[in-house]
Amino acid sequence: MANLKTQVVETDLLIVGGGMAACGAAVEAAYWAKQHGLKVTLVDKAAVDRSGAVAMGLSAINQYVGIKDGKNTVEDYVKYVRSDLMGITREDLVYNIARHVDSTVHLFEKWGLPIWKDAEGNYVHEGRWQLMINGESYKVVVAEAAKNALGAENIYERVFIVGPIMQGGVCVGAVGFSVREERFYVFKAKAVLVAMGGAVHVFKPRSSGEGFGRAWYPPWNSGSSAYFTLKAGAEMTCQEVRFIPVRFKDAYGPVGAWFLLFKSRATNGMGGDYMQERKDELEKWVPYGKVKPVPANLRNWLMMLDVMDGKGPIYMRTEEAITKIASESGDEKAAKKKLKELEAEAWEDFLDMTISQAILWAGTDTAPEEKPSEIAAAEPYFIGSHSGASGAWVSGPKDIAPNEYFWGYPNMSTVEGIFCAGDASGASSHKFSSGSHAEGRIAAKAAIDYIVDHPAAPNYDQAQIDALKAEILRPLDVYSQFSKTSSDPEINPNYIRPKMFMFRLQKIMDEYAGGVSSQFKTSKALLEKGLDLLQYLKVDSEKLAASDLHELMRSWENVHRMWQAEAHVRAILFREETRWPGYYFRSDKPAMNEKDWKVFVNMKWLPKENKWEVFTRPIISIVS
Amino acid sequence: MPSYVNPEKCDGCKALDKTACQYICPNDLMTLNRDIMKAFNREPEMCWECYNCVKICPTQAIEIRGYADFVPLGATVTPMRSTDSIMWTVKFRNGTLKRFKFPIRTTEEGKAVPDGGWKTKDADLKSPVLFTEPESLGLPQVVSIKH
Repeated sequence: MANLKTQVVETDLLIVGGGMAACGAAVEAAYWAKQHGLKVTLVDKAAVDRSGAVAMGLSAINQYVGIKDGKNTVEDYVKYVRSDLMGITREDLVYNIARHVDSTVHLFEKWGLPIWKDAEGNYVHEGRWQLMINGESYKVVVAEAAKNALGAENIYERVFIVGPIMQGGVCVGAVGFSVREERFYVFKAKAVLVAMGGAVHVFKPRSSGEGFGRAWYPPWNSGSSAYFTLKAGAEMTCQEVRFIPVRFKDAYGPVGAWFLLFKSRATNGMGGDYMQERKDELEKWVPYGKVKPVPANLRNWLMMLDVMDGKGPIYMRTEEAITKIASESGDEKAAKKKLKELEAEAWEDFLDMTISQAILWAGTDTAPEEKPSEIAAAEPYFIGSHSGASGAWVSGPKDIAPNEYFWGYPNMSTVEGIFCAGDASGASSHKFSSGSHAEGRIAAKAAIDYIVDHPAAPNYDQAQIDALKAEILRPLDVYSQFSKTSSDPEINPNYIRPKMFMFRLQKIMDEYAGGVSSQFKTSKALLEKGLDLLQYLKVDSEKLAASDLHELMRSWENVHRMWQAEAHVRAILFREETRWPGYYFRSDKPAMNEKDWKVFVNMKWLPKENKWEVFTRPIISIVS
Repeated sequence: MPSYVNPEKCDGCKALDKTACQYICPNDLMTLNRDIMKAFNREPEMCWECYNCVKICPTQAIEIRGYADFVPLGATVTPMRSTDSIMWTVKFRNGTLKRFKFPIRTTEEGKAVPDGGWKTKDADLKSPVLFTEPESLGLPQVVSIKH
């Protein structure tokens, strides 16, 4: 076996991940842990300053309720999320995040995040729930508060966590390895807070060659949260609810400011407005099709119908929107000044969060005030924090959750000792960056409560940890054993390199589970065939080969993606209807069926039996 | 190519144990060729063009060349990040130059105080009141639903 020294770290609460949810958890846990004499440790596969989905920055905060200003209520937010997700949402979880998110946003501002203000000192809204920010250093500022709260000595960076340590059905830690030095890590903990993000590159992206990394959500979101909770035997929810964002084509620059702030239209190649021309289609998806704003997946769907009819390209009419706003701002001088202001705002929107889009505009000599830019549906992603919903099934808060949704501690999974936040927890969409941070805080306080109630030090089985180490390091062993049997290390009958493994996974998902090249359509027959092919891939995952620690991480990231893929295929297969047509379309079940399928599709992988169970859970509404 | 390193400017971050770009890259791409003491992007096809290596490089040796599968050649987007603002220079393929400057933070670097100056009202681990609440909400209490 590869000769990596083992380092054991003992702690009370282990936070796995370093993004928005993990940073929220760190700040919250540090406070409560100090009062109870407990230790909190955070482990991140990258550097906390710039890890997670907000690593590049953001140009808006998408969840702010503004309760104190009396303009919106928490109930309003729940209704918005419920409609956008076509009725499938855990209202107790959404409510819980929404009642705390303003606190998180106010903290961001204190920590140093510049939030736009109007002349009266009020936040500038992009839309009803969205705030404009100067967010280049959003993550840096949020990470700084987390680091100041936790102390550098309690943070492990560049350690990749592979999976949980389980003891008698309870999670008692996590195992992984450093990508910087030859070291295997065993974190022993009384509770683990999972916040390792969603999953990208499970489906084949539209980009190719050196552009392959240009996904809308970052490629380092590799399904690690889903793998961790699935392997622990936790119940998962909404594994079918992936998200496909419509963004500026190819570089995936944000469209929110254009649609919401600048009130831009999108039109097809013939100049038609699909939101107008196809509005009758929305009748098929009532009651959700009648809601304003129209749910994201239905807006997608109307556009996709145009594309499938060959009516592309689809354009964001930036030139039209900017000219209109400028001309409404007064005389020629005022209009010129306004134009300049809008131009800077438009560029900052990209430079703060999707710099590639700025390069694409510059590379195509695009001035937004002069010509429109193409938009397109990207590829599917797993992002429970945004408009998808996949994640673990977690307990709601005691004062709000119905009995069926409460089992002791808010945000605890069905496995004791595992708490989830951000993309790791499911059925609580539209938390975005701020809500993920707030949810991390909720989960962290609950985890400290759990630890205080369960103070006994867990037992560990050394043989089990040794077996985990051997399994995790196997790709290094496979490489050193076989690499000399071929003159080209890439092509070898005894193993598969992580990159090719990922390509194989993506091809299966793209062609059988409704990816880009299948125009997001699938069916029972296709899914069953895809599931077949995934089983071969799963067996072959034991032949992954890694030449160094970086490739060892890539190997496990792709195993994580594969588990997310299987959960997804099983969920889509189980739900015999089409409910989110702009996310995926079951061609054999083309209609929504409110009578039979207004339920959650949940599932579990049973560790002892190595079997999957897929079943339904009722939707219990708490906001009328 | 996404991010690439100008060998004339890169000094391998001299005697430091790791380079700045290696430290910051969220996807573990930037690495140091110890034979020539120059950094390089070992997996450009996994690069998100997040610019964190570009922004952090002490010798401004790292630049981005837009993804060649869809971006026509010739444009550059170059940041200069200071402690409180960032200046961007955008050069179009046709030579047009644009410059933008935006604030990045309102507090001194390193000085984010976790509680933001707000007190926590409740000491009960079982209550829904989080650290700094309800003061940080601007409300007398955390809202709830009456069943």
